[in-house]
Amino acid sequence: MTESVRIDGLQKSFDDLEVLKGIDLVVQKHEVICLIGASGSGKSTLLRCIDLLEPIDAGRISIDGIDITARGTDQDAVRRRIGIVFQAFNLFPHMTVLQNVALAPVKVLKQSRERAAERSRELLERFGLADKADEYPDRLSGGQQQRVAIVRALAMDPDVLLLDEITSALDPELVAEVLDVIRELAAQGMTMVIATHEMAFARDVAHRVCFLDDGRILEEGPPDRIFSEPTNERTRRFLDRIIAAGRI
Amino acid sequence: MVGSGPSPDVYFPEGGPGDPRLPPGGGSRRPRILGGDASERNVWIAVASTAIFFGVLAIIVVRSPGWPDVKQSFFNGQEFKESFPVILRKFVRNIQIFCIAEMLVLSLALFLAVLRSLPGPVFTPLRILSAAYTDLFRGLPTILVILLLGFGMPALNLQGIPNSDFFWAIVALTLVYSAYVAEVYRAGIQSVHPSQIAAARSLGLTRWQSMRHVVLPQAIRRVIPPLLNDFIGLQKDSALVYVLGVVEGLSQATIIQAGDFNFTPLVALSVIYVAITIPQARFVDRMIARDQRRRQAGATL
Repeated sequence: MTESVRIDGLQKSFDDLEVLKGIDLVVQKHEVICLIGASGSGKSTLLRCIDLLEPIDAGRISIDGIDITARGTDQDAVRRRIGIVFQAFNLFPHMTVLQNVALAPVKVLKQSRERAAERSRELLERFGLADKADEYPDRLSGGQQQRVAIVRALAMDPDVLLLDEITSALDPELVAEVLDVIRELAAQGMTMVIATHEMAFARDVAHRVCFLDDGRILEEGPPDRIFSEPTNERTRRFLDRIIAAGRI
Repeated sequence: MVGSGPSPDVYFPEGGPGDPRLPPGGGSRRPRILGGDASERNVWIAVASTAIFFGVLAIIVVRSPGWPDVKQSFFNGQEFKESFPVILRKFVRNIQIFCIAEMLVLSLALFLAVLRSLPGPVFTPLRILSAAYTDLFRGLPTILVILLLGFGMPALNLQGIPNSDFFWAIVALTLVYSAYVAEVYRAGIQSVHPSQIAAARSLGLTRWQSMRHVVLPQAIRRVIPPLLNDFIGLQKDSALVYVLGVVEGLSQATIIQAGDFNFTPLVALSVIYVAITIPQARFVDRMIARDQRRRQAGATL
């Protein structure tokens, strides 16, 4: 196995609020990691730090052995190789679905307009969105919008895909179609770090589950062990609450 | 279970996405002057109340003691007929002035707004410059800027700078209105949610590319109505350049007024101003509605 992402001693504060208090995490190539934990535990911030959307306070993040948090790093070049999908989709409302997907390949990868459009259509087709290519995002259901957001990230051929609670803003009946896409990507060997509240999905798709609490990874391991016999007291309490809420 | 919904404690991450359904273009509908639903009965009520209101108003004005004199000196039909075409011909100058100024304002103001929206400490001097410019020209009365530039610049006798009053009138209006329009642009830029920038940057787009392809198109679409308001203001202020002696609508109207001892030419000029500004407001309404429809019907790359 080779390392894809390596995080050492990552710390991040917003003003006086310490959100990440020293995160160490290694993600292997083709590995799927699920981050679970209560709201505010730092899952989203961790993902945003990996994509360099937030400046970090201390620590190091490396991709394929190269320190991307070092001074003088070409941050745009790093972001090109990392895909992120947001909770609220963040599609560009003034562009059609196809334009949303093709924008970065044209502007960043300098593909020709025709080539980018052709490839984008292929990707949309693959995820059952071919007939939506010329629609504007606000004409799509939440599930379709989120799938477009995933396709938009995939159009850049990212080495790693980060998913930030991508089903949290969806109506219940739309969650499955989005999670199915992620399952397919996992089956194809996409390296992914997934922050999620969908425990059944995490158990099903993850190679490894990390429980975040108050800015630290308190426990990590294979999903079967974490979910059936958590060793940490806080993990147990968190999972008990989830079970009590009928979400597992 | 897969398919269970968002947890009740769904939260939006720090500085991250807010409302998942951001309004796309500012959901503007045509204002309904009739109010409520326009059923037949409501239309009749509206017509009747309007007729009564304006009827009473007209009676009050017409029966006032001074009305015959006012009618003679402000609403003289013969005077109107004679002065209108003359003023209209000179008004072409105003049209030239504000059309050129508007085009210059669009680009100068955008430049100022983008300058002021540059993030990070490195750009502080540029942000200060842009802010100072805006403060200065929003604080100065337009007529002062016109007078200072129109009389001051030619007096410098500098080689290579034009001394036509027409030229300096355009420069003055451009400088003043760029300050206002820059603020309009800036409000538009700030109204684009930061999550849009995060999405653009996450795809590897540079700061400038994100601005150019993601932020500005959304910002500009949103500010078209306030932008047009400022342009209507600029068009009206094009009358101020008469202080420089530019031969245009207002100076022509005052010449006729002084010669005939009659104010009707000023009313004629007012009619011209109203006639050009109202269609523009309607035009923008239509543009917004069309944009809305197109967005809903779907379009091609």
